[in-house]
Amino acid sequence: MSYLLRRIVFYIFTAWAAITINFFIPRLIPGDPVQALIAKEQGQLSTDAVHSLYVLFGLDKQQPLWQQYIDYLGQLTHGDLGLSFTFFPTPVSEVISSSLPWTLALVGVTTVVSFMVGTGMGVLAGWRRGSWVDLVLPVTTFLSSVPYFWFGLIMIELLAGPNSFFPSSGGYDPGVTPGFDIGFIASAVQHSLLPALTILISSMSGWILSMRNMMVTVSSEDYITVAHAKGLSDRRVMLSYAARNALLPNVSGFALSLGLIVGGTLLVEIVFSYPGVGFQLFQAVGAKDYPLMQGIFLIITLSVLAANFIADLAYLVLDPRTRKEG
Amino acid sequence: MAEPLLEIKNLNVDYGLGDEAVHAVSDVTLTLHRGEVLGLAGESGSGKSTLAYGLTRLLPPPGVVAGGEVIYHDPERGPYDVLSLTNSELREFRWAETSIVFQGAMNSLNPVHRVGTQLTDVIKAHDPKGSPHARVARARELLTLVGIPADRMDSYPHQLSGGMRQRVMIGMALALEPRVVIMDEPTTALDVVMQRQILGELVQLRERLGFSVLFITHDLSLLVEFSDRIAIMYGGRIVEEAPAKEIYTNSFHPYSAGLLGSFPALRGPKRELTGIPGSPPDLRAMPTGCAFHPRCPKSFEPCAQDLPVLGVPDAPGGSDRTVACWLHPVR
Amino acid sequence: MAISTVDLQAAAGAPAPSPKPAKRQKFRFISNGKTMTGLIILGFYVLLAIFGPMLAPYDPDARGSDLIAAPSSAHWFGTTHLGQDIFSQVLAGARGVVYVGLLAGLVATALAVIIGVSSGYLANTGGEALSALSNVFLVIPALPLIIIVASILPSVSNTTIGLVIGLTSWAWGARVLRAQTLSLRGRDYVDAARATGESTWRIIFFELLPNLTAIIASSFVGTVIFAVLSEITLAFIGVSDPTDWNWGTILFWAQSQQALAQGAWWWFVPAGLAIAVLGTALSLLNFGIDEIVNPRLRSSGRIKGKSVRMRIGFTPVLGKDNR
Repeated sequence: MSYLLRRIVFYIFTAWAAITINFFIPRLIPGDPVQALIAKEQGQLSTDAVHSLYVLFGLDKQQPLWQQYIDYLGQLTHGDLGLSFTFFPTPVSEVISSSLPWTLALVGVTTVVSFMVGTGMGVLAGWRRGSWVDLVLPVTTFLSSVPYFWFGLIMIELLAGPNSFFPSSGGYDPGVTPGFDIGFIASAVQHSLLPALTILISSMSGWILSMRNMMVTVSSEDYITVAHAKGLSDRRVMLSYAARNALLPNVSGFALSLGLIVGGTLLVEIVFSYPGVGFQLFQAVGAKDYPLMQGIFLIITLSVLAANFIADLAYLVLDPRTRKEG
Repeated sequence: MAEPLLEIKNLNVDYGLGDEAVHAVSDVTLTLHRGEVLGLAGESGSGKSTLAYGLTRLLPPPGVVAGGEVIYHDPERGPYDVLSLTNSELREFRWAETSIVFQGAMNSLNPVHRVGTQLTDVIKAHDPKGSPHARVARARELLTLVGIPADRMDSYPHQLSGGMRQRVMIGMALALEPRVVIMDEPTTALDVVMQRQILGELVQLRERLGFSVLFITHDLSLLVEFSDRIAIMYGGRIVEEAPAKEIYTNSFHPYSAGLLGSFPALRGPKRELTGIPGSPPDLRAMPTGCAFHPRCPKSFEPCAQDLPVLGVPDAPGGSDRTVACWLHPVR
Repeated sequence: MAISTVDLQAAAGAPAPSPKPAKRQKFRFISNGKTMTGLIILGFYVLLAIFGPMLAPYDPDARGSDLIAAPSSAHWFGTTHLGQDIFSQVLAGARGVVYVGLLAGLVATALAVIIGVSSGYLANTGGEALSALSNVFLVIPALPLIIIVASILPSVSNTTIGLVIGLTSWAWGARVLRAQTLSLRGRDYVDAARATGESTWRIIFFELLPNLTAIIASSFVGTVIFAVLSEITLAFIGVSDPTDWNWGTILFWAQSQQALAQGAWWWFVPAGLAIAVLGTALSLLNFGIDEIVNPRLRSSGRIKGKSVRMRIGFTPVLGKDNR
């Protein structure tokens, strides 16, 4: 599987690049943020904590750069992303692990659902040209250009309110304690409906358009004419011959746009004060909590890489030409 | 003479509608008989492929069938006009009675399905109640028929060579034992050696299974060897139609003579090659009168004014042929 | 955000159909309904950007006495919590947005062309290395990166933001251009040019680039969309300068002042609509380009007289209803 190997190597390389970028960024910050923090905490930091922060920020000027880099990598392998400034002295890894599941649930579910539903609708829209279907296009073009977060604001304005079913913010009711019980889960689901709907509507439009255009392009290929000539049923030609082929570039496109999707969903979290990684990043930026910002960036990047890899696997299954040896 | 099997009457096929319509096929009347190989020759843009695809309504947009009939003489159900069939009736008709061997097999096979699947799905579409086992067996039989090892059933199209893919197309076309097989430049994309090989195999298959062939190509020399009758198209019209031997030895239309002179035959004495000066007409701006007259070495007074109509010429031995040329007035 | 077909096909490695000769294309470009609409709207925005601040009835920063007032004849879009006129803010904001969008688009497209075409044309490890570089930048999520970089920088003027966005979002275009260059490289006229000894530079410039114009244009438009959205986002989060007016800043203030809770819908609706309409115009432009390169994408037009329904696989027969 040379294709697979090449992709794995690529992802390892990219992960390394992301880590390295992460390493260099804080070294561009003017001043010494660690000192500021130490001053704030008035000597309650343990020497270990101080040291790990210095390693993170490379402000230990006595060490040469490459040595700092090795230490940094070492810290990472222990899962030590440093200590958060705002939630001091909680380690960044702990802060992120409390918010990551929320984002994964929201983003993961909505992205996959919107891709599948959008692609499905795109198949239908691309197959039957003319009539009502073409009216859908301007609407979806507009919806796909709407910024997610603004759409979220509109949704809140229209659907949320003091007496409405949809809560306007938060991940769950303030009175409920987090846990794996029905009460909490129900509350969590209720709070995720509006953000999920926001993401779904805006991102689905994009997929409908892309798939529709690919279906139209594929419909003019010779093998579609052959399929019709064979007297196959309309459904079979549409699905097995056209959609199956039109899907391939869209899966690639999906993988590539994961980075963009992540960006959009972060904003939705901010608008809804949904307790995910995006919201945390927002707070971290406001508080200038560099370790947290860095940590979130790294986690997001690695997750996107992982998702890309899964999409590559899907592509491998879908397109037999990639399984060609050599 | 054998009975007619597929009768094309006054077929008109356009691209586009109304004033902007380009007449790709004009008033074509042609008959394919039982057990016969009818060759259809012409330069690129003469309308021969358009005719072939128009017969079973396979032309992509903006193609439109503007008029005419295509009468299929079904031995079991009697004659009917293919163009009047409903879409679902047409689906049943397609491939079962008339199939097509497409050219350029590179893109004619679905790249994401195995070859075996593409053979069985057409069998299933026309006989949904058949057993999967029988379908697979039939697919293997078809592959063997065209000289491909049956274990290639599970291959994907990109794993096969060009010649093998063309063979798969031929096998696929024979899957439902149609009575008419239309072949659209089946060997053009292949090298000469492979060309001869496949043509030879086609001859054998035809002798075994007895289907009629409408063989479309620009290579007249192939037709002379392979077909019983040849029809020549120019500018969307049939300009001559006669038994193959007559076309070769005694063609009436100057264009036929020009075509013959442009190709070296693979066998026979060496000839000096001539060509036909000029280029094929732009279908959107056809010459007045006979479409060929600007290039014709024998054009004379009526040629630029009036369009010659295809008919049986008033000439010795001319009863079994038709021509559209003022040199050979119609009876 | 919808991806144009040209991009999809190129990214999947299939050669996108090459556009017809440039001359005839210009007119088709203009006669395409989608591109016309997109260009008109775009032109309107550019005019707004140039003349906006002059046309604004009030100074966007000027405070007034009507606090959080609904739209009225004095204030078409209402006012903020400081009595500032939102209509003026929207007009003033156009300039920042268009400027950053164009700057980022130019920077990113220039980088995409240089890196993408070079990596497609150079057959050796240089090409592979550039390709790996663009893939890395492609996969790393752009928005978090931009947020972090922008929050570190000491000064965040419009120009800096534009540059940051441009320097981080070139990868998509580079990849598409690389795929297309690779497929064009194998074409006959390139071989011919090489055989006659044309220098690499001239080949790239005179043979390849003209055939890549559709993709470059599509990439530029896509980047501008992305740049506008990113810039609004940065302003909304509070990373960029809140005194520099752009539509994201308006939304920033709206959010921080709890406009929603106060029912002040006029605060955030116009700014968002402005963004959405601009985005739509750019998307229309992109789809228009798609349709030029791939004429089959055109939505079925009506042909005069009877409506004959064209359908792939079933050629219509005039005078018969085959349904």
